[in-house]
Amino acid sequence: MSKKFFFMTIATLALLALLVTSCAPAQPSTPTPTPTPTIVPSPTTTTPPSPTPTPKFRVAFIYIGPIGDGGWTFEHEQGRLMLLQNVPGIEAKYIESVPEGADSTKVIRDYAQQGFNVIITTSFGYMDPTIEVAKDFPNTVFLHCSGYKTAANVGTYFGKIEEPRYLSGMAAGKMTKTNKLGYVAAFPIPEVIRGINAFTLGVRAVNPAATVNVVWTNTWYDPAKERQAAEGLLDTGCDVIAQHQDTPGPQQAAEAAGKYGVGYDSDMAKFAPKAVITCPVWNWGTYYVDAVKKIMAGAWTTNQYWGGMKDGMVSLTPLANFVPADVKALVEAKKAEIMAGTFDIFSIFAGPLNDQTGAVKVAAGVKMTGDEILNMMWFVEGVNGQIPSGG
Amino acid sequence: MTWDVVLATLAAAIKAGTPILYATLGEILAERTGILNLGLEGMMLIGALTGFLICSMTNNPWLGVLAAIISGGLLALIHAFLTITLRAQQVVSGLALTMFGMGLSGFIGKVVIGVPIAGYFRPFDFPFLSQIPFLGEVFFQQDALVYISYLLIPILSFWIYRTRPGLHMRAVGENPATADAMGISVAGIRYLYTFLGGCLAGLGGAYLSLAYTPVWLENMVAGRGWIAIALVIFASWDPFKALLGSYLFGLVDAVQFRAQALGLAVPSFFLNMTPYVATILVLVFATRETARRHLGAPAALGIPFAREEKT
Repeated sequence: MSKKFFFMTIATLALLALLVTSCAPAQPSTPTPTPTPTIVPSPTTTTPPSPTPTPKFRVAFIYIGPIGDGGWTFEHEQGRLMLLQNVPGIEAKYIESVPEGADSTKVIRDYAQQGFNVIITTSFGYMDPTIEVAKDFPNTVFLHCSGYKTAANVGTYFGKIEEPRYLSGMAAGKMTKTNKLGYVAAFPIPEVIRGINAFTLGVRAVNPAATVNVVWTNTWYDPAKERQAAEGLLDTGCDVIAQHQDTPGPQQAAEAAGKYGVGYDSDMAKFAPKAVITCPVWNWGTYYVDAVKKIMAGAWTTNQYWGGMKDGMVSLTPLANFVPADVKALVEAKKAEIMAGTFDIFSIFAGPLNDQTGAVKVAAGVKMTGDEILNMMWFVEGVNGQIPSGG
Repeated sequence: MTWDVVLATLAAAIKAGTPILYATLGEILAERTGILNLGLEGMMLIGALTGFLICSMTNNPWLGVLAAIISGGLLALIHAFLTITLRAQQVVSGLALTMFGMGLSGFIGKVVIGVPIAGYFRPFDFPFLSQIPFLGEVFFQQDALVYISYLLIPILSFWIYRTRPGLHMRAVGENPATADAMGISVAGIRYLYTFLGGCLAGLGGAYLSLAYTPVWLENMVAGRGWIAIALVIFASWDPFKALLGSYLFGLVDAVQFRAQALGLAVPSFFLNMTPYVATILVLVFATRETARRHLGAPAALGIPFAREEKT
């Protein structure tokens, strides 16, 4: 029996050991060549693995999810690859699936101790850990995505995705026949809520009779569930499905029902070519290249970067072929205003704005401030749905 | 709610329940012979990935499904080897299998992130049967993999309860020592059904990546394997009840989003947690010793078998 027990233990340990090694985050970053069509042609070579005697400029990325999520982290990874391509002589490592909180503090500190010059933390929940570690490493620059705390060596960055969202709303408002649009929402946090609001304001700018119906999945990332949510909206009469999650599930549901959709995060048209009108997408790479070049040149000072369409941080994928020419012209005209700087996120969230009950929230002539926009926790008029409380 | 919405909800419940149904059936086969395999989630993920990979290469979803079935089965064989031959702890080995499947599928799957496939399973009206009012719309406007699951239920049920090999299978799960004395190869039967169970779990995963949401995303099974494990107990190891349980879970999912879309004032957090609350309730109820006996859990479930050894 003891012999058998011994075997069993060995076998279990062996399998666990295998697991640990297979699950360990890909520390020495070897970018796998992805055949994915994206803004960046995927590099097939990686930085030389052997250390060169001259010290390199080293950048580390901390990711919240796996780079294979096809959405948030995937797009940051595209940004990292673009950085590697555009800034010669640097090293850019990444670590995937780092939980927010204490674990991330350890990981960030570890990279700082290894002497990385720039550490980029790509999720809201890394904010406090980033600030905490940054205190002990004044010579390291930290860039934190989507937060609001800064320090002399900590900058933040985020994008005005609401601009392309507004444009996608305009296109969607023109494409609907039932005047009922659906929105598959992720979690009831300001980022998602202002996305819904920007979309709705775009819709109602061209089609004041239309409503946007919201369903919450409380997921970022469950294709089957998100598809199910979209089907629920389609079954109740919605004929354009917008979304906040990273998966093409809702768009596939729209296509199966012969209806339209607006994707998000990365270009989803290839998954549902007959349905996807357009997608608001992130392009982190432009920012990473700029910021790292500045830091290398010693020209960087702490800042809170909030890039819009004009800066190339966010964009709208080309409208689908099935979109009528007049709708295209309408959206293009507004896009031209944004690119010219005459229309921006503050023009979107400018009064008069009513809430769902029709009560005035922002008076005519008043523009919401950046802080107000970033902390928006109410729906504009035209949204059907509730923001779950106590979440 | 209009009648159309009701029909659509029921049809959606079946779609949402099908991947869970396949996995549950697979686990029933393994557990009937006394092998508890907690690696369902991992096997489903590997099945989903392999199916998607092969389909994207060959553009033939049937080849994809075949590959998914084989890969799920192969992964289950690791569990079989550890628990049957080496008599390792089934719980530990199963959990390890899940983590292994998650890691491996995420690693290999990076090559097909963001790659669409053209050939996948699309719903079609089943000839003749789809014309039946109500039933036709709910059950017979689905895709091929759903139709196969309809067939599988009576076949498995007949196999388990009405055939000689089915009797052997149950004997091994209930009392391996007696089965062994009768000349049945306990290890052989356990290997076989653990393998077949893995095949079905792989098929369940492939349903997600080849029919329901044709895409590969890391960890896309999103916990359905665990729901299936709970459902096995709910179903008291019976294929027909597994069908019922799976569709019930599918229905919870289908109803919650339609209720939200219709503006029914139920908090979405509450609705989202209902499948998991149901899982917990089922488990609490079903794992009491008396209930277990009543439900007919295989007596030798989770216990390694060694000849001439008191267990």
